[in-house]
Amino acid sequence: MELILSQIFNGVSLGSILLLAALGLAFSFGLMKVINMAHGEFIMVGAYVTYFFQQFIAPALGGENAAKGGLFFILSIPAAFIITGALGYLLEVLIIRRLYGRPLDTLLATWGVGLMLQQLARSYDSRNVPVTSPDWLNGGLMISDALSLPYKRIFIIALVVFCIIGIYYYLYRSPQGRRTRAVMQNREIASVLGVATRRVDVLTFALGAGLAGVAGSALTLLGQIGPQVGTGYIVDAFMVVVLGGVGSLPGTIIAAFTIGIFNTFLEMSTTATLGKVLVFALIIAFLQWRPNGLVAVRSRT
Amino acid sequence: MLSVNGLQVFYGQSRILNDVSIEVPPGQIVCLMGRNGVGKTTLLKSIMGVLKAKKGNIVYDGVDITTTAPHKRAHAGLGYVPQGRGIFPHLTVYENILMGLEALDSKEQRNSQDSIEEVYANFPVLKQMGKRVAGTLSGGQQQQLAIGRVLVRHPKVLLLDEPTEGIQPNIVQEIETLIQSLQERKNIAILLIEQFLDFALGIADYCYVMEKGQIVSGGNAKELDPEIIREHLSV
Repeated sequence: MELILSQIFNGVSLGSILLLAALGLAFSFGLMKVINMAHGEFIMVGAYVTYFFQQFIAPALGGENAAKGGLFFILSIPAAFIITGALGYLLEVLIIRRLYGRPLDTLLATWGVGLMLQQLARSYDSRNVPVTSPDWLNGGLMISDALSLPYKRIFIIALVVFCIIGIYYYLYRSPQGRRTRAVMQNREIASVLGVATRRVDVLTFALGAGLAGVAGSALTLLGQIGPQVGTGYIVDAFMVVVLGGVGSLPGTIIAAFTIGIFNTFLEMSTTATLGKVLVFALIIAFLQWRPNGLVAVRSRT
Repeated sequence: MLSVNGLQVFYGQSRILNDVSIEVPPGQIVCLMGRNGVGKTTLLKSIMGVLKAKKGNIVYDGVDITTTAPHKRAHAGLGYVPQGRGIFPHLTVYENILMGLEALDSKEQRNSQDSIEEVYANFPVLKQMGKRVAGTLSGGQQQQLAIGRVLVRHPKVLLLDEPTEGIQPNIVQEIETLIQSLQERKNIAILLIEQFLDFALGIADYCYVMEKGQIVSGGNAKELDPEIIREHLSV
């Protein structure tokens, strides 16, 4: 029983990171039909922002043991959001916008950008680097003798819940969110009503990139980070988008947790590789049954 | 108010509009007629900037807008009700109406409660259904929403693409009455695509007939011989 509960908890925690990573992909695909292959590197950049905060900001915040206090870590999360978001903004303006309506070229170009970002990190330090977790995130919440929920993972889940609430308010309660949903549903009509659609595109793309950066920041709690830290998550994040159904926030959320939980369970009962194979096989089977994903968006015309 | 001069528009290699010139004077209703596929919708889309013109120009309010982006044309005062209504199916009715205010600056948007009430007065059903998702409305209700969504910002020129197509008769009646009442206020110019000849001739000040991407006939609605137009429209 304890084992199952702790696996569910791990699955939710994995799912929440996948969710942050997948939201950006879902935004850019749902809005602009752009498949951004550099998205994994946004995660990596976010992780490195946290690392650099540890190296350069933490000492400034207060001497030798500053890193353990964790102030740098908390500060690095919004910083990762802003810096990665700005990077996404640049990528959209400099490259993606110019390849509009050419999906294959966009795919290749963004993949190239991803490789360049990886190489940039590798040139700085080709090894994986550690980030010291704040002291207060060590240990776990003891549910029973056999079941302890690590504070780090609880923190990640809480961070993701915070982000999702923010995104919900942005998308469904703010004028800019209304504009974004309108462009997603009918770009042409939105433009003739007076919406500057390119502006909506770039802001949404930057928001998605920023969220990937936050995911990267959170990843530093779970282990060392390196130039390829994003690559491991990006395939799963793509799966979340496909399984959830394009253009559906609830679908993406459900899909992220479903894949997270299935992943942990199948990996526990088999091996890491076989578990992944089984997850993908299940997704493919599911899409045969419902090609539009979990939450298909339909309407009268 | 709006004039199109020698417009040529292509879809890929095929020429859809060939040297089209029309004039929409202020305060008048101009009707565009023709069979399916002669380029009427293409002309309206080109005027809104959704399709790019290869040759010719579009002048609105004394300014050449041939290469202006669609959203800027909306900000300048062009309003467009597309064929098939083009509402946002997953936004609520109220949100759809708010999208109609996008072409105003933020101060005007904040002070537009009266305009929204005015739309509700014209189409009470939109107020009742305000919180419903627009995709669940019937075709006629969606058409009312599409028209209300544009009128809420008081455009100076209104482009209507077959507003009565496939809609139950009592709503057609409402829409006709509304178009007439707009005309009586004389502060809006209307370019209307309409298939019902009697309705078109009854309401319009001026009529153009299109065939194969060209204007083949035009004249004051009162002076036009309905038989000649009927000949152009018959299949």
